[in-house]
Amino acid sequence: MDTIVRIDVGAQGGPKVRKEPVGSYAGYGGRALTSMMVAREVPPLCHPLGPENKLVIAPGLLSGTAAGQSGRLSVGCKSPLTGGIKEANAGGQAAQVMARLGYAAIVLEGAAPEGSCFLIYVNKDGIGVENAPQYKGLENYDLIEEIKKRYGEKVACISIGPAGEQRLAAASIACTDMEMHPTRHAGRGGVGAVMGAKGVKIIVMDDAGMPMRQPKDAEKFKAANKAWVEGLKKHPVTGSGLPAYGTNVLTNIINESGGFPTYNFKQGQFDGASKISGESYAAMMVKRGGQPTHGCHRGCVIQCSGIYNDADGKFLSKQPEYETVWAHGANCGIDDMDAIAMLDRLDDDIGLDTIEMGATVAVAMEAGVLKFGDAKGAIELIKEIGKGTPLGRIIGSGAAVTAKAFGLERAPVVKGQAMPAYDPRAIMGIGVTYATSPMGADHTAGYAIATNILKVGGYVDPLKPEGQIELSRNLQIATAAIDATGMCLFIAFAVLDQPETFQAMLDLLNAFYGLSMTNDDVVALGKAVLKAERDFNAAAGFTKEADRLPEYFKREAIAPHNVTFGIKDEDLDKVFNW
Amino acid sequence: MQIAVKLFATLRDGRFESAPIELPIGALVSDAIEAAGVPPKDAAVVFVNGRHAEPGRPLSPGDAVAIFPPVGGG
Repeated sequence: MDTIVRIDVGAQGGPKVRKEPVGSYAGYGGRALTSMMVAREVPPLCHPLGPENKLVIAPGLLSGTAAGQSGRLSVGCKSPLTGGIKEANAGGQAAQVMARLGYAAIVLEGAAPEGSCFLIYVNKDGIGVENAPQYKGLENYDLIEEIKKRYGEKVACISIGPAGEQRLAAASIACTDMEMHPTRHAGRGGVGAVMGAKGVKIIVMDDAGMPMRQPKDAEKFKAANKAWVEGLKKHPVTGSGLPAYGTNVLTNIINESGGFPTYNFKQGQFDGASKISGESYAAMMVKRGGQPTHGCHRGCVIQCSGIYNDADGKFLSKQPEYETVWAHGANCGIDDMDAIAMLDRLDDDIGLDTIEMGATVAVAMEAGVLKFGDAKGAIELIKEIGKGTPLGRIIGSGAAVTAKAFGLERAPVVKGQAMPAYDPRAIMGIGVTYATSPMGADHTAGYAIATNILKVGGYVDPLKPEGQIELSRNLQIATAAIDATGMCLFIAFAVLDQPETFQAMLDLLNAFYGLSMTNDDVVALGKAVLKAERDFNAAAGFTKEADRLPEYFKREAIAPHNVTFGIKDEDLDKVFNW
Repeated sequence: MQIAVKLFATLRDGRFESAPIELPIGALVSDAIEAAGVPPKDAAVVFVNGRHAEPGRPLSPGDAVAIFPPVGGG
């Protein structure tokens, strides 16, 4: 994994592929690599859909190795949704396969000629780019069926659907899972629109003939991996809660806490929560012959994913994730499991961020385009995006644009990006992360829910401002470092509670690269990534006023706890004072 | 006094989803956990009326106690 490949999609005579050594980007992987490259090479004031922007796709430092849980793929660029730097990451097979093929990053650069629909094919012999107009306009599932006919079922794909081709700001990038379903998405920030602007429809990767990446110290690596896997299996969240119920095990607990945003963030509890909970989905999956316990990529230890079948026992979608169940469920007043799974399927197929879409449909409901609870209407509205109608283009541009188009104040966004599944008034730590993350409102950037609600890594009262700044700061630093490794973020549950499991992760990195990194080095890496991201945003025009929640979160109290967001602006400005 | 107890995820196995439980006046959260048949170490997160509660918190008639095993996601 010592090569960076750059593809200039606008070169004279067709796309030009150039390989170069990893050079000054050595030691970076995943988000660290994408953010450092975007910060160094993309002019902060450029248009996200213009030729100066770059799409950087990078596996993590441990991807492609035997290390358990190392299959996250990072995608970075300047975001068309936020106007700032973006890293979105995804599971699926792509990271493992790209890393085995030896690439630290694939970078799409330049301006694609009008009407381009490129297919990039990568295998052990090299990289080819062809114009493939036959795939133009295809939704992700149909596209992958075509790819299977041509390349078989052992490849890994990174693709966009019609939303990405339309260059809409909520467009995602899909990665295939082990069953060749395009279900694992780099969802946030409109990364799919940037891939669309580069004229690339799909990257197909085949790692046949490429061995697993080998560590510098095989013995130490093996021992560290053993301790690592044991640590993940031993912790009750990663060892039993997530495998049994998936991420949606959260619906009941977040609802119980009063921080489950309902009806476009109007109240913190949803009457239909138990009908769409992880417990209900798991029972339904068993009943219909689906699979409640399933891994999204080779080498997954936690197995939080699942397969959801329709009433006839046929595959409908992956088990919808908690964020999706909330976004298309409670936030839209929908308590129908099949409808939510269908919306998940449509988002994956058209290539859309499920969080942004659920938030946007709820805004459209508040605007009166359809009624809260109208599942059929929500399905039809998402289909509009696939068809490219004017209404579909508004919805596909996200919650902020839709609120503006319909003259509404209540757009639950920060830096233009929709908030995920936790109300920042009833869970203030996550509000600090939403406000200050360089990514816009993003729960993964500093998952304060762990400590505010789940009592993992200690406990900080979610309803009080005290301790939230420090909590979010420390989590944002740790997350920026973990996102460099290619490790799935769910390892944090085990790592936060079990020092020996954190040490095992360090040992994996040290044994693989022949290093002697300590905790301090990990913290330094996290800080360096955040600093680069914040510097980019500052140069792109972001001031401290961008690190705020919308005013109505300070004005309108949320039931049942009747709280407003109680963190002072001057305290938010201290998050990055270290 | 009567309180309402709700169990979630694996705690439901062999028990119940929600049930009214009779406890003497002055009973604590830990008594509700015991009355529900949940081993104390499995009650990782407990809410009383939507607020986190420690085992030593006294209960009042009509309180809703929600008991969760260790869970996570996101």
